[in-house]
Amino acid sequence: MRVALFITCVNDTLYPRTGRAVVTLLERLGVEVGFPPEQSCCGQPHFNTGYRHETEPLVRRYAAAFQDYDYVVTPSGSCAAMVRDNYPRIGAKAAAEGRGQELTELAAAAVPKTYELTEFLTDVLKVTDVGAYYPHTVTYHPTCHGLRMLRLGDRPRRLLAAVKGLELLELPGAEECCGFGGTFAVKNAAVSAAMGADKARNITATGAETVCTVDNSCQMHIGGTLARQGSTVRPVHIAEILASTEGDVW
Amino acid sequence: MSSRDLVLARVRRALADVPRTERPSDAPVDRDYLRAHGDRTTEQTVDLLAENLADYRAIVHRTDAAGLPALIARLLAGRGATSVVVPPGLPAEWLSATDPEEVARIPDTPELTPHDLDAVSSVVTGCAVAVAETGTVVLDAGPDQGRRRITLVPDHHICVIKVPEQVVDSVPQALERLAPERPLTWISGPSATSDIELDRVEGVHGPRTLEVVLVEG
Amino acid sequence: MTGTYLGMPAFPEAAAVSTKNTRLRANLRHATHTIRAKRAAAVAELADWERLRAAGAAIKDRTLRHLDHYLERLESTVTAAGGQVHWAADAEDANRIVTELVRATGEREVVKVKSMATQEIGLNDALAEAGIRAYETDLAELIVQLGDDLPSHILVPAIHRNRTEIRDIFTHRMARWGRPAPEGLTDAPADLAEAARLHLREKFLNAKVGISGANFMVAETGTLVVVESEGNGRMCLTLPETLISVVGIEKVVPTWRDLEVFLQLLPRSSTAERMNPYTSTWTGTTDGDGPRVFHLVLLDNGRTDTLADTVGRQALRCIRCSACLNVCPVYERAGGHAYGSAYPGPIGAILTPQLRGTQSELDASLPYASSLCGACYEVCPVAIDIPEILVHLRERVVEGGPASVRGTRAVIKPAKGHAAERAAMRAARWALDHPGVLRAGQRLASRTRRFHPRRLPGPGRAWTDTRDLPAVPAEPFRDWWQRTHGDGNRSEGKSTT
Repeated sequence: MRVALFITCVNDTLYPRTGRAVVTLLERLGVEVGFPPEQSCCGQPHFNTGYRHETEPLVRRYAAAFQDYDYVVTPSGSCAAMVRDNYPRIGAKAAAEGRGQELTELAAAAVPKTYELTEFLTDVLKVTDVGAYYPHTVTYHPTCHGLRMLRLGDRPRRLLAAVKGLELLELPGAEECCGFGGTFAVKNAAVSAAMGADKARNITATGAETVCTVDNSCQMHIGGTLARQGSTVRPVHIAEILASTEGDVW
Repeated sequence: MSSRDLVLARVRRALADVPRTERPSDAPVDRDYLRAHGDRTTEQTVDLLAENLADYRAIVHRTDAAGLPALIARLLAGRGATSVVVPPGLPAEWLSATDPEEVARIPDTPELTPHDLDAVSSVVTGCAVAVAETGTVVLDAGPDQGRRRITLVPDHHICVIKVPEQVVDSVPQALERLAPERPLTWISGPSATSDIELDRVEGVHGPRTLEVVLVEG
Repeated sequence: MTGTYLGMPAFPEAAAVSTKNTRLRANLRHATHTIRAKRAAAVAELADWERLRAAGAAIKDRTLRHLDHYLERLESTVTAAGGQVHWAADAEDANRIVTELVRATGEREVVKVKSMATQEIGLNDALAEAGIRAYETDLAELIVQLGDDLPSHILVPAIHRNRTEIRDIFTHRMARWGRPAPEGLTDAPADLAEAARLHLREKFLNAKVGISGANFMVAETGTLVVVESEGNGRMCLTLPETLISVVGIEKVVPTWRDLEVFLQLLPRSSTAERMNPYTSTWTGTTDGDGPRVFHLVLLDNGRTDTLADTVGRQALRCIRCSACLNVCPVYERAGGHAYGSAYPGPIGAILTPQLRGTQSELDASLPYASSLCGACYEVCPVAIDIPEILVHLRERVVEGGPASVRGTRAVIKPAKGHAAERAAMRAARWALDHPGVLRAGQRLASRTRRFHPRRLPGPGRAWTDTRDLPAVPAEPFRDWWQRTHGDGNRSEGKSTT
């Protein structure tokens, strides 16, 4: 089983700690992880803003970078959903423009092997107790693309529930979007900020020490809003919680 | 070019992607949804109808054929009705216990204006079919139901459902029984609105009191 | 209605103002949250909801793929049943037809059932210009009309008003339109409903012409269906002598049986009821019962342009339930007026730019009025993939491309005002497609991180006005990987913290 980490551009640049956590966790579970350095970005910022043709080189890059792997694991629900839902659409539109099946074929190869981290753990490795220890109160925000595009369901919660020392606190209005939405956060800053402010208030009201998601891009928005509200709740990616053990607390 | 031809030409141009040989029935429609929700005895279906009617604030009464005239008389009296609209084919015995001196019979005729109807206290009708799962009675302007307006303008409607024969489980079953060429009115509780803060309030333009009588036998 | 959406600013500007309106925010939050839980409960009652939803989508898709066939069939069945069918290519066409039909009756007043199609074409204004007064009879439309306001929701056009505001509108404005509000009117919803009943009753009883839309038209039988709650629909559909229904061409369904799907999907999605209080169906005219004259005006007004787009076409499945509005976090905060059309919320964000095109700044901004959270798609009873169409329309805005414009194939130019963004996207793509460049940029950011400002100038302010920036780490992930795992692709099983 050849497993590659797709770190994503956001994690690579701003949240390397999450990537280190994924590597730590998977290696602890006996998975040998590869990191093809040609990888960069899934293309979501371009695609979701309407720049489909600018996305195409990034689809090719993704497909080429991971062509030798059986599984591509990414600590981002949103980027996994981009590959799974939108790569085939990019292929279909290119074909409709008379540019052949190349992108469709690349998408067909990329889609089935791309997994969001919690999916990979529960569906491929078939573990829910990863032997983690995290002595904190945590509230979980299910990010939209994980929830509604990938249909992660209760996978992240099951993983969290098995973590020793962790107390999971219910988040009111959990399934409502945090307001990040990629370029939406700046194009419609007022609405985005209003959504973020409501989400941050709900998070603080749980009394949890940390808020956990499967997506650092949402986390960046939530964390930035929490900080601005003077909240002490820390945003933590689920990988960092699952990487944490009694001998090596993250 | 007429607007008709223009619109149809636009439609055809817009559908350039649809193969010319494709017929409407080639576009698949999977009807694997349920014909009824849940397994119930006939009795349970009638109970469900009563429950759902009441849930949307219809006032539900149950009686048998022998008790019906007295019940209708009591409902009209309880309302203080002085007049009642009578569809042409309403069984005469239904109003046999109602004193015409106290409650005037107003026959449903084409001459009856909306203003006339506005001065009438109540209306008594039968129905075409009732839907248990949704708490709905359907009128099809049959002889015991009359013109659509008579169940609209008066503020008090007494609707008689023969159970179990007029009761079906579901919307799909109801549509099978109804004739599309007849004007239909599906009624689920009294007039209501959700227009104020998206919360349901009963009583706007239609009859504010809907009394439904389930009559057995 | 004298209000108009013309000349409204782009969505972000309008929404920046409306999100600060605390009363509006509170009204919308209260109303949408009330209906959300109820809808979920009403839907949960049907074990086969997903199958009904799939069937609803499939029936609509079948209809749309053969729309010409079904429209011609509908025309013949309606005509055979005693109705008269008119075709309108655009709003102007439709308004002219309706105005002439009303004039021909000699009447100067009409009663109206709430109808999205007539909102869309601005019929009331057109009638007013011809000296014909249109009375809106739906409670929420009445509130909007009396308040000289604009609708902000598909189902509940006055959702932006709370009960106290409605009481004030009734008290101050009803007298101008007819019977004044009762003395000492309270803001209890039942009292407000009673005031509307009294105000409108005379109008119903005297009405000679009614104007409606329709929720469904059955091609097979020529039957029209109006789904409503208050009974104002029944009043307008049955008491006048003449009935004029203005209906979008996409509202046709093939068969009578198809209603078994939609009459289950619509009420539960819309008002969260098992069934709405009143549904009327009529087929042409009936002797001695209801209008003697029935006109059906079939409206295109951009629908065929929408139909021509194989991705956007699915928007024409819409049954106007408004479930997508009620779950939308953007709608809840921005309110309906910011969308600048009769169709607000997620469905408006995909319908308006297709019906009107993406040329105006407002219409070009609508596909961006979403965080793409997908809640709308999840609740849509006919499974319209709204996020997919939003992104598709964003593409049309920034990249342009082929599209149908008033029935003619055209190549749309990219919208103005995106030049800087386009350059930035291209530069970012180039960097991301050259990992060496990306890495150099990451390293530069890491090395200069102590000097990064907390608040950004220029466009970056849109972020830092309300949110802190994340701290840039000491090294990007790929540097850590190289340091700990070497240049090899595979991990070597070493401790990694």
